Amino acid sequence: MIIIDNVSKRYGDFQVLTDCTTKVGKGEVVVVCGPSGSGKSTLIKCVNGLEPFHRGEIKVNGVSVGDPKTVLAKLRAHVGMVFQNFELFPHMTIMENLTVAQLKVLGREKAEAEERGKQLLDRVGLGAQALKYPGQLSGGQQQRVAIARALAMDPVCMLFDEPTSALDPEMINEVLDVMTELAQEGMTMMCVTHEMGFARRVAHRVVFMDHGCIVEDDAKEAFFAHPSSERARQFLAKILHH
Amino acid sequence: MGYHWNWGVFLQPSATGSDTYLGWMISGVEMTVALSLSAWVIALLLGAVVGVLRTVPSNVLSGFARAYVELFRNIPLLVQLFIWYFVLPELLPVSLGNAYKQSNPVVQQFLSAMLCLALFTSARVAEQVRSGINSLPRGQKNAALAIGFTLPQTYRYVMLPMAFRLIVPPLTSEFLNILKNSAVCSTIGLLELTAQGRQLLDYTAQPYESFIAVTLAYLLLNTVVMFGMRWVEARMRVPGYIGSK
Repeated sequence: MIIIDNVSKRYGDFQVLTDCTTKVGKGEVVVVCGPSGSGKSTLIKCVNGLEPFHRGEIKVNGVSVGDPKTVLAKLRAHVGMVFQNFELFPHMTIMENLTVAQLKVLGREKAEAEERGKQLLDRVGLGAQALKYPGQLSGGQQQRVAIARALAMDPVCMLFDEPTSALDPEMINEVLDVMTELAQEGMTMMCVTHEMGFARRVAHRVVFMDHGCIVEDDAKEAFFAHPSSERARQFLAKILHH
Repeated sequence: MGYHWNWGVFLQPSATGSDTYLGWMISGVEMTVALSLSAWVIALLLGAVVGVLRTVPSNVLSGFARAYVELFRNIPLLVQLFIWYFVLPELLPVSLGNAYKQSNPVVQQFLSAMLCLALFTSARVAEQVRSGINSLPRGQKNAALAIGFTLPQTYRYVMLPMAFRLIVPPLTSEFLNILKNSAVCSTIGLLELTAQGRQLLDYTAQPYESFIAVTLAYLLLNTVVMFGMRWVEARMRVPGYIGSK
């Protein structure tokens, strides 16, 4: 589904990504972790072309992201993305947030879009909030809406860029629950996150990054049981003690 | 002070006979309003376009927009007015220039004044629009693109609606400025409010009454604009967002 092949990127002289290679198969859940500044967010933003890269190739569902002939808007319409800071559109109601792209990008009828929106809001447990504005919801609620907004486009895969990092601790679980459910339903997911509990529960593979390189790309069990690199061992030792 | 106050002067028939002096003032107010409003509409539209161009990821377009802004905000308004009124008609193709010069002088004055105020103000509006767009959280653009919007759709549905809400207060100042700046247009003979005040002084020799009336008229106009924009701001307020309840 997502193939990342030898991708490199730099900002001026600073090498952000070096020869990153990994893939996410259909129905697979891959968690990307690593210390901050290791390039995880940059890598996931390369997948839907929000960040350009200089070398290598990324293919999503058979379409090359770096190819200048690719219409990125079309590709992105079917790749859902959830951001650290939710990024709901503040001047639209929750329902409008869920329907605007269905109407303007997919060309759906209003009734159909609202039906789909309502369905997804119910699913993330926010059916009663449709007419509120993002600023009137808690962080956890906003992030669930953001997930629903991405799902409303019927994506072939979902990208999560640290979806719980900006949340109060007590709101993290409501978002992880939605993500877990999604994973269990067979959604293809690539998640940048530090939630190792979530990784243990639903991930098939874990990718560990450091200094712009993919240091480790293992099945979940192998990663947690005996990480092959010293750096990953240190990282796990630090964050698993909490 | 031996000044002879005479507020009744406004009700006297004017020197030209067809109207009272109050009628002159009212026609001045009408001209100022027509000029400022039409220039404001153009300034808003042009300013929005140029302001957006300043933020797009294209060096050619943003460079053009930048040059536009620097040109129109760095030349004194009065000089720009003279260029529009005296110089530009000479630079037009001869036939067009002649047609313009043979048209009704009031039309000539009005068009020059309107374009001058509109473009001068549009450069300032463009800067407000740019700062509004740049003050949005960076992730908003990414979120809109990530959901499949093209760049124009991203501006249209996500960035501009919020950017314009953020810049209502500075836009209010620009609206007030355009009304005040329109007084400059009396220098090319356009009979707007300030010109009518001067004419009144010339004919009646009552300077205090004339300019007190002019002052009050500007104050009244600007108060209306202020309340109007306050209403717009309240209506556009986003529930749960900064600055609202």
